[in-house]
Amino acid sequence: MYGDTSIQKPIKIAEPTSAEQARLEEIFQQKIDDDIKIEPQEWMPAAYRKTLVRQMSQHAHSEVIGMQPEGNWLTRAPSLRRKVILLAKIQDEGGHGLYIYSAAETLGTSRAEMIEQLQSGKAKYSSIFNYPALTWADMGTIGWLVDGAAITNQVALSRGSYGPYSRAMIRICKEESFHQRQGYELLLTLSKGTKEQKEMLQESVNRFWWPSLMMFGPNDANSPHSAQSMKWKIKKKSNDQLRQEFIDATVPQAEFLGITLPDPDLKWNEERGHYDYGAIDWEEFGNVINGNGPCNKQRLANHIKAHEDGAWVREAAAAYAEKQQKKRVA
Amino acid sequence: MPKHTTEQITEKEWPLWEVFIRSKAGLDHKHCGSVHASDAEIALESARDVYTRRSEGISIWVVPSNAITASKPEDKESLFEPADDKIYRHPTFYDIPKGAGKM
Ligand SMILES: [Fe+2]
Ligand SMILES: [Fe+2]
Ligand SMILES: [Fe+2]
Repeated sequence: MYGDTSIQKPIKIAEPTSAEQARLEEIFQQKIDDDIKIEPQEWMPAAYRKTLVRQMSQHAHSEVIGMQPEGNWLTRAPSLRRKVILLAKIQDEGGHGLYIYSAAETLGTSRAEMIEQLQSGKAKYSSIFNYPALTWADMGTIGWLVDGAAITNQVALSRGSYGPYSRAMIRICKEESFHQRQGYELLLTLSKGTKEQKEMLQESVNRFWWPSLMMFGPNDANSPHSAQSMKWKIKKKSNDQLRQEFIDATVPQAEFLGITLPDPDLKWNEERGHYDYGAIDWEEFGNVINGNGPCNKQRLANHIKAHEDGAWVREAAAAYAEKQQKKRVA
Repeated sequence: MPKHTTEQITEKEWPLWEVFIRSKAGLDHKHCGSVHASDAEIALESARDVYTRRSEGISIWVVPSNAITASKPEDKESLFEPADDKIYRHPTFYDIPKGAGKM
């Protein structure tokens, strides 16, 4: 999801309308092929800009909405240590949202517009954040699996062709490692705990495993227009490639925790040098993306409420700034 | 549904500031992104929260985005190409015999 917008209507690629247009497109593609980053003021095809705005805003919204499942547990963290860690992690996610909004704005779409599209349901965000965080173990599982999947995706995105997005990803990747490690450490603690704690750990992983795999988006065969994104190096690796990377890295970590993953087909394939895994329930994915997941309504309602409750602060600060400005002029 | 329409929000949206951070003493300030803020002081505080959560900086500049004048990509050739053929501006252009010592 972080790097995949193929669940939405494809963006039309217009044929060049003039010889000049064709020449510009050729120069552009040459830069991409030569791994020269594209910067904001430079010429770019309209569909490249549009694809990026869609993907980046979707990514930024995911960071911001992603604060909610974890925010749910802040007041119930079992120790001050866990509480300050969780708080710092959630604050980072807010920061990630802001880095990416800031990068997306360089393409000429304002943050207010992007937020309006989120709140009206026009823009999507990662399906994973529409699942509830039901137990304390979920705080560990989210860090380990959800941030783990996000890292796999974001490392690939940090090599993308658009300068500001790639730089935001580099910054984010540096911070994500803490997110995954704190989650895994939390789960390790549970794995050495009481019978109830071990059960809580296993139950949480059972719920999050498949939704985490869905984060990479549809299978390559069902993601036809991502070929264009690959050609433009907006995407550097396909959904299935990234999913496989994540699974291969994660299975040994699950073994170390002493837990099982809820997929009877999951096994090492010597020939491929990768783990085989079972079929993903894409119907569930479609439902959650299209608004019928367990928490979609709540997530958006919370976002809108926070936005509206903060309106008076934004207005007051703007009025204050205007007043100061007038004083200075006078 | 949000109460405000896109137009109303845009009208009231806080201006954009570019953020530059000096990561440690002796280094230049480096551009790292932008923030929306109603005035310079809030821009500084937001930049602190957004870009320096892990001691990434010891000094911050914020500049209204619309105060920056940038060279245009299409002027790249006329601005920068004249320097390309002036190889005599580089020390490696000159052959100095070994006997003259380190120079
Ligand atoms: Fe993040
Ligand atoms: Fe992320
Ligand atoms: Fe994260």
